[in-house]
Amino acid sequence: MKFAVVNFPGSNCDMDLYYAIRDGIKEEVELVDYRETSLDGFDGVLIPGGFSYGDYLRSGAIAVHAPVVKEIVRFANEGKIVLGICNGFQILTELGLLPGALIRNEKSRFICETVTLKVINDKTAFTNCYQENEEIRIPIAHGEGRYYCDDKTLAELKANDQIIFKYDRNVNGSVDQIAGVTNKQKNVLGMMPHPERAIEDILGSDDGLKLFQSIINYQVRVNN
Amino acid sequence: MKLVKIYVTLKPSVLDAQGEAIKSAINTMGYEKISGVHMGKYFELNFDNDYPELEKDVDAICDNLLTNPNIETYRYEIMEEE
Repeated sequence: MKFAVVNFPGSNCDMDLYYAIRDGIKEEVELVDYRETSLDGFDGVLIPGGFSYGDYLRSGAIAVHAPVVKEIVRFANEGKIVLGICNGFQILTELGLLPGALIRNEKSRFICETVTLKVINDKTAFTNCYQENEEIRIPIAHGEGRYYCDDKTLAELKANDQIIFKYDRNVNGSVDQIAGVTNKQKNVLGMMPHPERAIEDILGSDDGLKLFQSIINYQVRVNN
Repeated sequence: MKLVKIYVTLKPSVLDAQGEAIKSAINTMGYEKISGVHMGKYFELNFDNDYPELEKDVDAICDNLLTNPNIETYRYEIMEEE
């Protein structure tokens, strides 16, 4: 499987993601510049964390208008794998590919720590190597990671099993302690925690590795 | 020239964490009776006088870039400038 890691001006977790794919699950990966207009030849696209365009205007708001984004939308619509982590999640909500929005943390401060997540839906392309309700340790690093959506959207998320990860406690004020959601088709995942920073014991946890392995599992099943 | 002044604010249903932090600082300054602080964004856009369908385009710019309709609302005023 060949992954594209999209690099916006201000992305800063691109190499972590690159490393997670190349050395973590030993698959093909390339960095792709935001000015590219084609993602032909790739099977999945990964949008890294960071501060695209300095978080000017709103986190992720300006990245939405970069040339490569049309291809990200195409991937999403064609049912291909799209994963946005942290700033990548913010970009996906700004794009409207995922419901809701990420706003400033309840207590206004930047939070950088390893937290416990609960796997809510283990039947997706991103979580099939985990068990339902499995608790995993994954780092977060964000100032604007508070997931917000209105009551109607929350009811839809629940009804369609789109809530994938939840925090085990109120970390940042997110609605329903949501840490990651998918679109209805479940081929697009956005999450604030950083699985790419938890792929080997020396990093403090390797609980993130199974997320990337799940994608490979899923793709093998789709291809056969 | 036409000057469009655009004001973007969070919807009342969304907690304004920055507004709350500013309010607590104002309270600390000794102004304890202030009942609310809301922080928003302000934009100025310039257009030619004969710009066609100005409001339609300003709405589109607000909806698609300057605001996130999930969490924010906006209003604007159009001024004549020399």
